Amino acid sequence: MGLAKRIIPCLDVDDGRVVKGVQFVDIRDAGDPVEIARRYDEQGADELTFLDITASHEDRDTMVHVVEEVAGQVFIPLTVGGGIRTVDDIRTMLNAGADKVAINTAAVHNPEFVKQAAEKFGSQCIVVAIDAKRVSADGEVERWEIFTHGGRKPTGIDAIDWARKMVAYGAGEILLTSMDRDGTRIGFDLALTRAISEAVTVPVIASGGVGELQHLVEGVQQGHADAVLAASIFHFGEHSIEEAKRHMAAAGIEMRL
Amino acid sequence: MATVAVIDYGMGNLHSVAKALESVGENVRVVVSGEPAEILKADRVVLPGVGAIRDCVGEIRRLGLDEVILRVAADRPLLGVCVGMQLLMDHSEENDGVDCLGVFPGEVRSFTHMPQPESGEKLKIPHMGWNQVQQTDTHALWHDIPQDARFYFVHSYYVEPAAPALIAGTSVYPVAFTSALARDNVFAVQFHPEKSQHAGLQLYTNFLHWTV
Repeated sequence: MGLAKRIIPCLDVDDGRVVKGVQFVDIRDAGDPVEIARRYDEQGADELTFLDITASHEDRDTMVHVVEEVAGQVFIPLTVGGGIRTVDDIRTMLNAGADKVAINTAAVHNPEFVKQAAEKFGSQCIVVAIDAKRVSADGEVERWEIFTHGGRKPTGIDAIDWARKMVAYGAGEILLTSMDRDGTRIGFDLALTRAISEAVTVPVIASGGVGELQHLVEGVQQGHADAVLAASIFHFGEHSIEEAKRHMAAAGIEMRL
Repeated sequence: MATVAVIDYGMGNLHSVAKALESVGENVRVVVSGEPAEILKADRVVLPGVGAIRDCVGEIRRLGLDEVILRVAADRPLLGVCVGMQLLMDHSEENDGVDCLGVFPGEVRSFTHMPQPESGEKLKIPHMGWNQVQQTDTHALWHDIPQDARFYFVHSYYVEPAAPALIAGTSVYPVAFTSALARDNVFAVQFHPEKSQHAGLQLYTNFLHWTV
């Protein structure tokens, strides 16, 4: 009896449409974020994360409407990330109904922004998204660094140091993505997940690489993640959230069923 | 038509509390307001809250809402949510110590004082996610909510009431703490019913039907 581990489906939204392909058999409009959010809520998702990958600034209003629409119908926590650069961006998303915002690139360019955001809105709604890539060679002591621009641009910042710094600056949660594993479907980078989870006092969400249900179990049991995030295994209808939760519970993990 | 007021003192997101009440409230008008007169006209009142407690108390006093909350606490159904629950206590140790509204006798304490879990894993703070609530009495607000149902929590401080009789629910992180309080016409919860799906909406339904 106690706190459950969380499953968080992630929706990449481009100009108001969910991309990366979502195929539910009985949803006619496969790319509608509101409909997909409702479906995941019904299946027992513990939270939802929306990543706005819209390129142009004008189209960001679309994301605000999506969040408003979802928040009026789905009563579980909502996180919005992608393009959160200013205090006004955060206020806009929270007013639209988001519970948390994920700050990524803006934190790397200006760490003080995280401090300002946490002071203004409270740590409970500030998630810092960390995109990390392994930089150590085989046989060396494992090291990871922060990369920006979808994993293309190195920053030279050590991932563990960065996670600690972001928590000291007021991050209430870390969304940790392995850029080596993202999209590979071979499982989380468990050593990275564990290293970060043990280095910080706030909850850590593991992301990047989930291809089967057992990967979710490993993320919690071996990676010590507090929550696991996945996209494609749910979007393509291979597995429902409910199935994933039952699988994790059967492995001895405390879940909300 | 009955009215429920959600107290707006400029701190954080009241949208979801209002939306949740609207979604379950038939024949209920939901008003989000920081106007003392408007709040005092309402039949029942929700006091939400997120963020740092010193700022919350400061804004409440500045807007003259402390007197309003005390009046409401004396004569009609009042529901405190998250920091809104903590505000109802005597005092919080957050922000180097802050005097609160004193509706419930007791203290607000930090999870950093809690023992570490026996599993050897580090106690993550904030306490964030879905935890079980053990109902310690048969209160009207627990109607149709299963014992040990899970609710969504996100907080770094918890309440420690001065009298055990005030406790309506407890949760474990990593040892038991008070997650619901009740006395007469006042109920307060540490979790977020508006983010707790079916169980949370049921609690708001119960609140709207609660006759004291």
